[in-house]
Amino acid sequence: MATDNIEQILANARRQGAQQAEVFRVDTEETPVKFEANRLKELNSRRTSGVALRVIKDGRIGFASSTRPGDVDDVVRGAIDTSPFGPEAQFDFPGLSEAAVVDSFDPTTQALTVDEMIQVGQALVDAVRRAEPDIQCDAQIRRAAGTVTLANSSGGHVNYTSSSFAAWIYGTLIRGTDMLFVGDGDIACGPQVDTRRIEATIVEQLERSRTNVTARTAEMPVIFTSIGVADALLPPLAMAFNGRLVHQAQSPLVGCLGEEKYDHRLTIYDDATMAMRPASRPFDDEGTPSRRIPLIDSGVVRSFMYDLQTAGHARTESTGSAERALTTQPGISLTSVVIETGDTTFADMVKGVKEGIVVEELMGAGQGNVMGGDFSGNVLLGYKIEGGEIVGRVKNTIVAGNVHLALKSIGAIGSEARWVSGTVYTPPILIEKLAVSADAT
Amino acid sequence: MTDKPVAREAVEAAVKGHNADYVEVRIDDTATTRLVYRGHELEEIGITEAFGGCARALVNGGWGFVSFNDPSQLRQRVEEAVAQARHVGKETSLLADVAPVVDEVKAEILKDPRKITLSTKKKLFDAYNDIMLGVEGVTSTNIVYWDGWKRTTFASSEGSYIEQERLDVGTRLAATAKRNGDMQQSSMSLGALNDFSYIETLDDAALLIGNRAVELLNAPYAEPGVYPVVLDPVLAGVFCHEAFGHLSESDFVYENDRMKEIMVLGREFGGKHLNIVDGAAVPGLRGSYKYDDEGTPAMKTDLIREGVLVGRLHSRETAGKMHEPPSGNARAIDYRFPPIVRMTNTYIEPSTSTFEEIIGDIKLGVYCKNWYGGTTSMEMFTFSAGEAYMIRDGQIAELVRPVKLTGNLFTTLQNIDRIGTDLDFNQGGGCGKGGQMPLPVSNGSPHIRIQDCVVGER
Repeated sequence: MATDNIEQILANARRQGAQQAEVFRVDTEETPVKFEANRLKELNSRRTSGVALRVIKDGRIGFASSTRPGDVDDVVRGAIDTSPFGPEAQFDFPGLSEAAVVDSFDPTTQALTVDEMIQVGQALVDAVRRAEPDIQCDAQIRRAAGTVTLANSSGGHVNYTSSSFAAWIYGTLIRGTDMLFVGDGDIACGPQVDTRRIEATIVEQLERSRTNVTARTAEMPVIFTSIGVADALLPPLAMAFNGRLVHQAQSPLVGCLGEEKYDHRLTIYDDATMAMRPASRPFDDEGTPSRRIPLIDSGVVRSFMYDLQTAGHARTESTGSAERALTTQPGISLTSVVIETGDTTFADMVKGVKEGIVVEELMGAGQGNVMGGDFSGNVLLGYKIEGGEIVGRVKNTIVAGNVHLALKSIGAIGSEARWVSGTVYTPPILIEKLAVSADAT
Repeated sequence: MTDKPVAREAVEAAVKGHNADYVEVRIDDTATTRLVYRGHELEEIGITEAFGGCARALVNGGWGFVSFNDPSQLRQRVEEAVAQARHVGKETSLLADVAPVVDEVKAEILKDPRKITLSTKKKLFDAYNDIMLGVEGVTSTNIVYWDGWKRTTFASSEGSYIEQERLDVGTRLAATAKRNGDMQQSSMSLGALNDFSYIETLDDAALLIGNRAVELLNAPYAEPGVYPVVLDPVLAGVFCHEAFGHLSESDFVYENDRMKEIMVLGREFGGKHLNIVDGAAVPGLRGSYKYDDEGTPAMKTDLIREGVLVGRLHSRETAGKMHEPPSGNARAIDYRFPPIVRMTNTYIEPSTSTFEEIIGDIKLGVYCKNWYGGTTSMEMFTFSAGEAYMIRDGQIAELVRPVKLTGNLFTTLQNIDRIGTDLDFNQGGGCGKGGQMPLPVSNGSPHIRIQDCVVGER
């Protein structure tokens, strides 16, 4: 039925005067199992489907979307009605093209029973509570599958299904009025999520937080763990590689292609073609084949990310970076990001620091002048280093900097990398000097 | 979009006669228009219609929840939710009593954005965009506008049947200025319930935003450290929401004995002048409604009265388990989520200090206005100012770049030593929790002063 609907919408849009049209359809099914206060609390199942229509009429883009089943007329009318006001199209919808085979569907995920998922969650909760009996855990285990169907009037047709399995656990430990939040999780295409790593990470977080210590207001070295890099450093960095912001001169990297803007040890790429990664896909959400996009190569700015419209403006080609929700037009987004490892173990990094901070999680890092590369946040989970050793947890402390400056003065890149949230593969990174402000009272 | 895709009889029939402690169905019908500008270009214009529903069931303390777009087999979806709940439930169901309600609530629309043509809306925002881009030094802009009509239908196994309508309007204007690789941004967000007219008079605001972005290029960073800070009503509202509001949400407390000790009613959190309130029954604000998403009537809840914790925000389950009265704060962002405990309109009540009294005796401090955002971990919170000035010898001095502020629940509220008279509301924010974002809320406050606040560099 899905396909009929799509053909009908395309045909109607053409009949009502659109020169080109594109239908994007998603059908997803998710089953989250939720634990609250150490015990099973809620089973969910979410089924979502809907269509989005983009038209190009008289050179301008119109858009409408709907989750109303069988809605054809309203969607076509909405897209046609908005087109006179829409932006001028800088592209034609792509026809059929060859794409690499990208496998991101594991049929065993869908075969998992709810009871098996409950067991995974309960085992995680039990393991964390063995390490710290006073901790209170919330956890979520989720399996999902989604099918993307895309068809356009140039004969382009895309249809693929991917699956994912996720496990997350958060623990809260309260001593007096002191609250400690620990947590980790993983997402994979199949049920082979590494729950042992999740447990080990949380046990380590608890160990390092046994005592609270105070930091000093000063500039000092800061180590971002893999989680810290993914949460605090990557988002403001990635924004600067968004081709739309580059084209509109809002990125600080305008005109920097080919320039060595970062430490020569830094190499980062985005890759939607890795087998069995949850963000992998054969085509992006406009039907452009996925590819590996080098962003930073040995410190040199190598390429920016583009969708069709932005590529048209910038007179370049789409990098297959278009991503969309049903209700909005495509935007430019990372898929799976890899930051290449360096040669320093985390233990050696810590050993080399006289006085510094380890950041696992910065709270509020995404506020402020993110577009300019600024990051700044309260250390929600982080530790103090004194004389080459982690001595305890810091609180009421802000770490701030600018990611483009910070990644010029890298002290060391870790030799051990891991996946964070299933989409960022990164080692820890030591920044030589960042502004730390702390309430020492 | 006023035809009902599912008849009342079908909805009421679907929730009846299940072997469950409680069953509800919620159906959303929405129509949204959205415009996005970046720089000179209108980047996006679109119309979205969303229809979807969900069924939620409670059996022996366990919940089941099923969401869907196709309403044709409503009763079957409810049965699935009941089966899930039965699979989970091993304890006793406990929901605070709320009298069943049958009601139809129409939006009281003051100026209807749906009656304004796309071409008029575009002309209006073209003009704001031109004003910002006309400021010398502004290199780019970003504007987002949306209006959304929503009708929610709710029915429960206890006999409630409620249809509620609302219309949200919102916009964000931002300007970017750039010089020699240095980039600064200034922005403003605003929202309104049932009224487009707020959107029509933003010429002055657009000019101010453009000018501010350019001025910031010349402004230094504030020296990081610990200062007395003065917050304007907008930022103080964000502070109130982050610093205290979230901790008054009982789902963080009701299953956690340690948290119950910390948040015990009667505990002193601030001085006698500190009064904090939340309530969807406060009319005409973005967090206002008549019934929450469990059919509980909206109320106005005192959270802090004369510095002492006196109340908290509840769903029917948290109220039932804590043996406290329900407060009408169970909200879901849409049909894909079960309702959870959320704020509505949260504010610090006015006290007696004039602005001169607030800043007059500060030798060195920071005056913070407007907001970029805020977040909390319960104990610690951060919020960021959109605009900041040094205070020197009791006077507002030079503009500095936007700062990040951080605090601790157990000290920062105690450190509020002045509260002004000029209560105002910030309607431009959306709150996120449990993956449900942005939920329309408002927050407000008069000017306040906080001693010993940690100020970060950027």
